Amino acid sequence: MVDFFGWDMPINYGSQIEEHHAVRQDAGMFDVSHMTIVDVQGPQAQDYLRHLLANDVAKLTVKGKALYSGMLNEAGGVIDDLIVYHFDATNYRVVVNSATREKDLNWLNQQAEGFDVNVMPRDEFAMIAVQGPKAKEKAHQVFSPGQQEAVAGMKPFFGVQAEDLFIATTGYTGEAGYEIIVNKTDAIALWQRLLEAGVKPCGLGARDTLRLEAGMNLYGQDMDETVSPLAANMGWTITWEPAERNFVGRKALEQQKAEGTDKLVGLVMTDKGVLRAGQAVRCEAGNGVVTSGTFSPTLGHSIAMARVPAAVGDTVEVEMRKKWVTVSVVKPSFVRNGKSVL
Amino acid sequence: MSNIPKELRYTATHEWVRPEGDGVFTVGITEHAQDLLGDMVFVELPDVGDEVSTGDDIVVAESVKAASDVYAPISGEILAVNEELEDSPELVNSDPFGDGWMFKIKAEDASEVESLLDAEGYEESIDED
Repeated sequence: MVDFFGWDMPINYGSQIEEHHAVRQDAGMFDVSHMTIVDVQGPQAQDYLRHLLANDVAKLTVKGKALYSGMLNEAGGVIDDLIVYHFDATNYRVVVNSATREKDLNWLNQQAEGFDVNVMPRDEFAMIAVQGPKAKEKAHQVFSPGQQEAVAGMKPFFGVQAEDLFIATTGYTGEAGYEIIVNKTDAIALWQRLLEAGVKPCGLGARDTLRLEAGMNLYGQDMDETVSPLAANMGWTITWEPAERNFVGRKALEQQKAEGTDKLVGLVMTDKGVLRAGQAVRCEAGNGVVTSGTFSPTLGHSIAMARVPAAVGDTVEVEMRKKWVTVSVVKPSFVRNGKSVL
Repeated sequence: MSNIPKELRYTATHEWVRPEGDGVFTVGITEHAQDLLGDMVFVELPDVGDEVSTGDDIVVAESVKAASDVYAPISGEILAVNEELEDSPELVNSDPFGDGWMFKIKAEDASEVESLLDAEGYEESIDED
């Protein structure tokens, strides 16, 4: 167990690699109760979120649809990344990271000034993520008939309140599955029933290797308040139109875009050794840094994400244990739905 | 509680040493060490014939969590390395005192082993961690 920002969390329950494979090949579950759930409600909830977030919640028109976005500071740095679920224009649910809980809540409250909106942390909830090709099938065994009906045919990136559970087709692994929000008092019983349905418990270690294979950013590693979303493979989450939507950080972002920024790329090393966060990167275009690196259990070799000059070529050199090693540059996505995308 | 076989000698840096006779010793890392490191993904072994001195970092044990050095517990010549670890580094996790051995060393001075920790001493050293 480790102290993860005040939460006692396991790195692994048994073998981290077996837990990883369970999610790629069958079904695994993560206790992600540390995530911060905040409901945003009120007549100006939509206006508030359109001001707060770089992505535009006005794009959400269907009930339950979710959106990934960065929340930026005025300098265009990333305060946090989050998922927002839309119920209607006066009612949203936002899920932010635990590491950034206090500063996020302060920021959410500070930015709410002048908007007719309530920002309500929902600390009475726990969250369990069930992920993998057989995750849905196994989760359905513990759902009531009403819950099964509520999620039947639900597309990716949606959420629905179904009786006592909020069930969303979101995740952090690159596999199908659910993230389930449940009352704390019922969480252990739900975990136990998922266990009996054959879902394997997985720790933070597997969560990290799975998200990295899927090319998903980890806040605090791949980006933070000093890093532009444009340099963190989050350009696609910025909604520039309409031009008059003056979201927090927009001015700084426009300037960064005009001047150009570094970019986040994927690295692949098929030789022995493991790329690790913090290792120095160099190429003809300049210097960079490995932001996340690991051994990929699915691919059988090391992969990483690195922030490098935009003019980077097909290879870079990484300093590993005092030697400079040449590795390939790829798009920052390695595995989806159990298969290599390299 | 970690398994610490009585018949082996240990270092404070978590290597174990087993006498094979004729001044030859087999070396690996302890169950406690593999537990700290987590799933092993690569093991870089020395070359057979290498002359090593006590405390040299001669193996890199790379796990899902970190790259760790394994040190020569005594001085001598590397007689053999465990080539099975090339394809099956997980043997270090599943059988650290057996199939997960790393190298065999011909001691320059076999009495050097007497100065290593016994099982009790090693257990005390990891309790202090």
